[in-house]
Amino acid sequence: MALNMAFTLYSLIQTAILCTNAIAVLHEERFLSKIGWGVDQGVGGFGDDPGVKAQILNLIRSVRTVMRVPLIIVNSACIVLLLLFG
Amino acid sequence: SSWHKGYSLNTPRARAAPPTGDSVLFEDTSSAAPAMNSQGYYTPGYNMGEPSNDMQGGGGVNNLFTDPMANAAMMYGSSLANQGKDMVNKEISRFMSVNKLKYFFAVDTRYVLKKLMILMFPYTHRDWEVRYHRDTPLTPRQDVNAPDLYIPTMAFITYILLAGMALGIQKRFSPEVLGLCASTALVWVIIEVLVMLLSLYLLTVHSDLSTFDLVAYSGYKYVGMIFTVLCGLLFGSDGYFVALAWSSCALMFFIIRSLKMKILPSLSSDSMGMGSSAKPQLRLYITVASALFQPIIIYWLTSHLVR
Repeated sequence: MALNMAFTLYSLIQTAILCTNAIAVLHEERFLSKIGWGVDQGVGGFGDDPGVKAQILNLIRSVRTVMRVPLIIVNSACIVLLLLFG
Repeated sequence: SSWHKGYSLNTPRARAAPPTGDSVLFEDTSSAAPAMNSQGYYTPGYNMGEPSNDMQGGGGVNNLFTDPMANAAMMYGSSLANQGKDMVNKEISRFMSVNKLKYFFAVDTRYVLKKLMILMFPYTHRDWEVRYHRDTPLTPRQDVNAPDLYIPTMAFITYILLAGMALGIQKRFSPEVLGLCASTALVWVIIEVLVMLLSLYLLTVHSDLSTFDLVAYSGYKYVGMIFTVLCGLLFGSDGYFVALAWSSCALMFFIIRSLKMKILPSLSSDSMGMGSSAKPQLRLYITVASALFQPIIIYWLTSHLVR
């Protein structure tokens, strides 16, 4: 195929794991609060439309909370598989 | 013997191995096996080719039912298949409700024809509202504006077949390339649906666009792709670009008109008097961006097929 971006489903899984890892490693104290993205700085208005920034902060916080344990499992599995099969 | 001649005439394509001709020489199990192989599909040919030896053929078929081991194996296999089917149904219904999926496949011929015409020539279609009936959207059979999943699925499969044919014409075909083409197209659909879901979540758009709706709208571009590839194959490079321009414009118009109803706030309501003015703009950007993405991806996925 002439496409240099020929995707497979495996590369999609890889991309998803990498993106989720990238979101999960954003540390709350050391990084997010410093740039004004801490959990206390997100909830601006209490109307029914939280706004884009509040939604992003919400998303980051929920990814960190929900995906912590599954990411540990998936990353360990990936490490073992890559070590074994290259 | 005539029996052998008839056999070889009628079963060059049979999946049953040649040794059926020598079933008298084999043990019982192997005479039962070929009968099972030819049972469902090739039985007419099998019977027609052996008029003088129906004792053999009849003996082979009767062996299936009188042989207790084959009988028991078949019943065990069918009960195992039923168990597996129940388990799969239970697991799948945990992830997605099958009823919601059935709604998207409730189509008929009239709907499909009208929808294809709208996809290719949306400029004369007047009423783009999705009609409701007591809070539930009407099925595609009753409302031509309702999204469905039948057309995208069929168009996707047809696109893969067309891609295989186009690659074969260029003598670049191999089964791996076909699988690669299919998974690439599928991955682009998944990416587009995920990006749309993410942007709709970030902008807190309270619309009734479910995931399947987005998959449907994202899958309608395959109709345009099929049309473009066909014109490219029939009429060469000029025909390809003309068809690309035509289907891009039609698809952009279709997406903008369809999504505008669902994403953008209705201008007649004055509920959010002091609402942030950035919102309608961002929603408009999303609609336009998703529409602009279609011709790009059509070109990306089809240009290598039409050199």
